[in-house]
Amino acid sequence: MDLKHGAAIVGIHEHVTRYAPDKSELQIQGESVIKALEDAGLSKSDVDGLFTASSSIRNSGMNLADYLNLYPKYLDNTTVGGGSFEFHMSHALTAIAAGRINCAVITYSSLARSGGVSVGTGGVARFGHPRLDPSPDSFEELYGLTTVGLYAMIAQRHMHLYGTKPEQLAEVAVAMRKHASMNPEALFRDPITVQDVLNSRMVSSPLHLMDCCVISDGGGAVVVASPEVARSCRQTPVWVLGVGEAMAHQGAGKRDLMYIAAKQSHAPAFAMAGVTHEDINMAMIYDSFTITVVETLEDLGFCQKGEGGDFVSGGRLQIGGALPINTDGGGLSSNHPGMRGIFLLMEATRQLRHQFEGTPRQVPDCKIALCHGTGGSLGARHSGGTVILGRD
Amino acid sequence: MPDWNKPLPSIVGETRPYWEGCRQGQLLIQKCDACGEYQFYPRGICANCWSGPIKWVKASGRGTVWTFTVTYQNRTPGFDGGPYVLALVELEEGVKMFSNIVECNPRDVKIGMPVQVTFVKANDQVSVPYFKPAG
Repeated sequence: MDLKHGAAIVGIHEHVTRYAPDKSELQIQGESVIKALEDAGLSKSDVDGLFTASSSIRNSGMNLADYLNLYPKYLDNTTVGGGSFEFHMSHALTAIAAGRINCAVITYSSLARSGGVSVGTGGVARFGHPRLDPSPDSFEELYGLTTVGLYAMIAQRHMHLYGTKPEQLAEVAVAMRKHASMNPEALFRDPITVQDVLNSRMVSSPLHLMDCCVISDGGGAVVVASPEVARSCRQTPVWVLGVGEAMAHQGAGKRDLMYIAAKQSHAPAFAMAGVTHEDINMAMIYDSFTITVVETLEDLGFCQKGEGGDFVSGGRLQIGGALPINTDGGGLSSNHPGMRGIFLLMEATRQLRHQFEGTPRQVPDCKIALCHGTGGSLGARHSGGTVILGRD
Repeated sequence: MPDWNKPLPSIVGETRPYWEGCRQGQLLIQKCDACGEYQFYPRGICANCWSGPIKWVKASGRGTVWTFTVTYQNRTPGFDGGPYVLALVELEEGVKMFSNIVECNPRDVKIGMPVQVTFVKANDQVSVPYFKPAG
């Protein structure tokens, strides 16, 4: 089965709130789904597939279907960290191409900020059930693992092996803030310098506070439809050209986790899409931390292993540079409500619709965009989902 | 002995020999009888060839720091009192395990540094393996 062009993104809605103490997660999702369907020119009765990720039972797929009074024929609650939504896109494409459904909604929300969740520094295992599942928690939690620490360890070894400098990691944060300055919804919009990043306090060496993503509330929805439905929609279809998904983990103690899941997931996506790296006009790269971007660009094949520090420097990630990424300001400056993968699909869609035409935020002549979501922790176990999108 | 306020491991059938080894001051890892591969963390099957019989062997307790981070912020009880070193230690046998590097200044920890296992008693059942600079 040829999956290329098998489905298209026809509607999006980002719930632009960054702080929503008076709303429930289900309300944010519900409002987002309604607006995303409006964007597409579709209605409730068109939806036959529901895809969502949750880190709590509160906003599970079952509760969401109940809240929305929906009876989906196809429900997918795949939850593999922040990149879950790239997996959802992969699964929705397959379900639509197989004829199981015609219109899927992917949605997410979180009140991480108003809930006071210390996403990166609260310890990683405390939500698990170590008494029932002794592995791997019993061999990790007692050493004080944190999410930021598990990325910092990879950054430390990257610097050791390849001479990557803190200044180069900081360049990623600077580029994201530059883009955030063009996004009125971004949480932080004031320009920053490399020195500002280096001067911010150390959270887990070598990562400073400004090497880490923000913590916000928020959510949104993406509507994916069959080619037949897509052609009847209000918006220019954004075609799903290629997808790939992968896991990376300790490999029973033997994997070299300097190579992340993107190393496995990108080749199938490029092969399905029939495009090369030179064809990619912009990319949405999950930026939980600055090192995540460097490692992801290397393992996606945009540069050689170890050359990521140079690749991200000198403004090359900014609009007008060699590979503009995260034109909404990314997780480092715009928003990061616990998981961010769904926002990658939204901003790529805006760029491919040429929604910012005539403004500095538009990537000129944008025809093909790549999204890569990373979920979990680079240093322990994580997921990687690659999605390549394009317009006619 | 001060009260232990850090997380404690859950001990079940497939991991009990590991913790019993720690209690006796020995670091045990697993080696598959069928394929000969070492593995960590301990589990009830060989993760490499999926065969059942897997034996416990005594690790040398020596290794090197594969990577590390000095953690300044963690709200977990027991880790909220100042910087500590979280590390992945590569054992001589070739498997990596998480641990803390202790008995040294965090500033002195380097990748590739030789380290040696050391045990700290948490309670009568559990002693936790840490690593210190190899003498």
